Amino acid sequence: MTEEITKKTLKNGLTVLLKEIHTAPLISSWVWYRVGSRDEVPGKTGISHWVEHMQFKGTPEFPANILDKAISREGGVWNAFTYLDWTTYYETMPADKIDLALRLEADRMVNSGFDPEEVASERTVIISEREGSENEPMFKLGEAVQAASFRIHPYHHRVIGDMADLHSMTRDDLYEHYQTYYTPNNAVMAVAGDFETEKMLGRIEELFGQIPAGPTPKRIERPEPEASGGLSLTVEGEGETTFLQVAYRFPSATDPDFFPLTVLDSLLSGASSLNMFGGGISNKTSRLYRALVEKEITVNAGAGAQATIDPYLYSFTMITRPERTPDEALAALDAEIERVQNELVSTDEVARAVKQARALFAYGSESITNQGFWLGYAEMFADYDWFLTYLDKLAAVTPADVQRVAQKYLRPQARVIGTYLPVNGEMEND
Amino acid sequence: MTKLNSAFPGADDITRVVLKNGITVLCRTNFNSPSVVLSGYLSGGTLFDTKEKLGLADFTASCLMRGNEKRDFQNIYDALESVGAGFGFNARTHSVGFGGRSLAEDLPLLLEMLSDGLRQPTFADEHVERLRAQYLVGLALRAQDTGDMAEMVFDEILYAGHPYSLPDDGFPETIEAITCDDLIAFHREKYGPRDMVVSVVGAIDADAAVAQVEQMLGDWENPAQAVKPDLADMLPLDERTQRHHAIAGKSQADLMLGFLGPKRLDPDFMAASLGNSILGRFGLMGRIGDAVREKAGLAYYAYSSLSAGIGPGAWYIGAGVNPANLEKAIDLILKELENFIESGVTEEELLDNQTNYIGRLPLSLESNQGVAGALLNIERYDLGLDYYRNYPDLVRAVTRDDILAVARKYIEPARVAIATAGP
Repeated sequence: MTEEITKKTLKNGLTVLLKEIHTAPLISSWVWYRVGSRDEVPGKTGISHWVEHMQFKGTPEFPANILDKAISREGGVWNAFTYLDWTTYYETMPADKIDLALRLEADRMVNSGFDPEEVASERTVIISEREGSENEPMFKLGEAVQAASFRIHPYHHRVIGDMADLHSMTRDDLYEHYQTYYTPNNAVMAVAGDFETEKMLGRIEELFGQIPAGPTPKRIERPEPEASGGLSLTVEGEGETTFLQVAYRFPSATDPDFFPLTVLDSLLSGASSLNMFGGGISNKTSRLYRALVEKEITVNAGAGAQATIDPYLYSFTMITRPERTPDEALAALDAEIERVQNELVSTDEVARAVKQARALFAYGSESITNQGFWLGYAEMFADYDWFLTYLDKLAAVTPADVQRVAQKYLRPQARVIGTYLPVNGEMEND
Repeated sequence: MTKLNSAFPGADDITRVVLKNGITVLCRTNFNSPSVVLSGYLSGGTLFDTKEKLGLADFTASCLMRGNEKRDFQNIYDALESVGAGFGFNARTHSVGFGGRSLAEDLPLLLEMLSDGLRQPTFADEHVERLRAQYLVGLALRAQDTGDMAEMVFDEILYAGHPYSLPDDGFPETIEAITCDDLIAFHREKYGPRDMVVSVVGAIDADAAVAQVEQMLGDWENPAQAVKPDLADMLPLDERTQRHHAIAGKSQADLMLGFLGPKRLDPDFMAASLGNSILGRFGLMGRIGDAVREKAGLAYYAYSSLSAGIGPGAWYIGAGVNPANLEKAIDLILKELENFIESGVTEEELLDNQTNYIGRLPLSLESNQGVAGALLNIERYDLGLDYYRNYPDLVRAVTRDDILAVARKYIEPARVAIATAGP
């Protein structure tokens, strides 16, 4: 990939990454904070996500009712995401309007008010967001599997947080969290699009350079001990459909094993991409699709892992056909896992996984917003070089590497098996 | 700075060719990314479905990638996935859509998938049954989804007696009733080159793309291709009609509330679109979002939507709310609607939304998929090749009075359709 970027750290510790792209008159600006659900303790789970919501409630300079209109009026889009390791805010605007986004982000890095009435109103919105998720069987199952997978590490809970904490957290809890983590030295600013680097850097220095650095926030260090035995759990709920989720540990993004496991995942469950905007491709020739869907045990078969700071999860998910059992699905999954553990995959299969990744990069590069995302994303768990060398590292994977990581990570002793069992919940309807 | 117009497709950079068999081909070159998008539509949509075999059009479209005379299912996907490409068909109400993308060098493969899928599908029993099982699981999931069920009940109320009242994916008993022969007959009678549109956008010379399409599909004929069914107009409801669909064990209810709306080609479409944006899109979901989510904290999402196509459209509000707050949310939304048709919109709101519509155009047209969608939109509604270049003028021409008139024409709270699904 052609990747000429500028990276600079301002005096207050703000890391700035800039990439000029002159294909469309657009600029995408992203501010990333090193805070996510992994920085939360029981009693305050979901606080990072709630703070993210509060960041849309305005400042003295950009009151809430001005804020959203200002971006939209100029034809921009904006949003934010909270994840395990990070929180990010972005605006994609017509190139000549980007200054508004820069001013807004500089302002809300320090000047958000957290008005108590706004906090109260947002509490019910977030509870409603959680209730909407609870409508989904896969949310309930995923939450149970995640909690069973992490007893010590704060990856234990969902980003949305536990309902009890959403009811009990206070305005001051939220404000303190904001003040602790929203500092320039805990942030990365990434801008991609139709600008001149020198001018853009100057403007960022002007707007963000005066924001005082804060104490470096300490991140929770509670490593999860190595799993020493498999766990099984069931979740019951209304419906007619049985879901199965099997979660193994997956190494951190900076672990060299991350890349052979990514290739292994491509072979087992289909190509995965680093695109947030740009989508993926089908997985109908993946080994699991053939073994589970083609053999008429399940109606789908997927898996996924994430790039994270600490080891997280590699989760297989499937919906069983009504006449089949989750045990049959598990047996078929196990047979495929044993196959990659016992037999070397071919070099052609590895080459195929790399070509798929290349194509997905091409699709992702069509979107300036996605390019802005890429620029800052890897900084949250490694650095931009991680992203630049991603394809090369995949290309360097050998069949023996794939076999080794399959043996090392996909052990029955290191997994949680979760089953969602439907109970009859039919209700009378006209 | 990159010039604005260079990002917008127009008559000078869109190639449009009609092949002898009636297929329209649209191309636009873009060498900024090494990829290419192939998409389009043809006859064979769900309007052809009968009540007894509802879902047949969708089922037929799904079979097209399950095996053809040249490749079986695994060979099809092996060819595609090996090069990181994707391609598929899906039935919509008025047409069958298709779309895919690949690196530019693999466009011939995408065209082969299109041509072989359309002209030589095999409808093998094994795959028909596998698809049927997947459909049935999908319908079981739909029955548990508050959003899907609210939408289904809403369509039943709003479009009572009209084909739009029926779900494209059918019901379990109609999916069970579909036979292999039905699929084969549907494909033979409904599919054909007449009215088919193909768009190619990406890192390929336009003339070369047209030549490739012609080579693959230029000799396709189907003299038996059926004529599209007529579509009746709809009248608004006589009175407010509300129905709840109960689903046990849910924490949240979904709500859909609304009215008939304009067709895409109605002269008041742009005024309705801007009015809808003010009502429930702009910023964090317009006035509705502000009232229901921001001020009352009643919902995680609350928005309005204008669905305008070939037939009678729908103008509706959607929200996900706690079941205990359902009636409160309905009252709040109706109050907003009454205010909307009473006082209309302000000059500032109109200006904000006009600049938003014009300003966001480069973003919607930045990717090959975005441009391909725009070309198909131009063709489907005969908007003219310079539509996106003239678009700012069309947006600026709308007045406050236009919006008030269109709002009063469609939004009649006394005739509202309200569907809810939840515990």
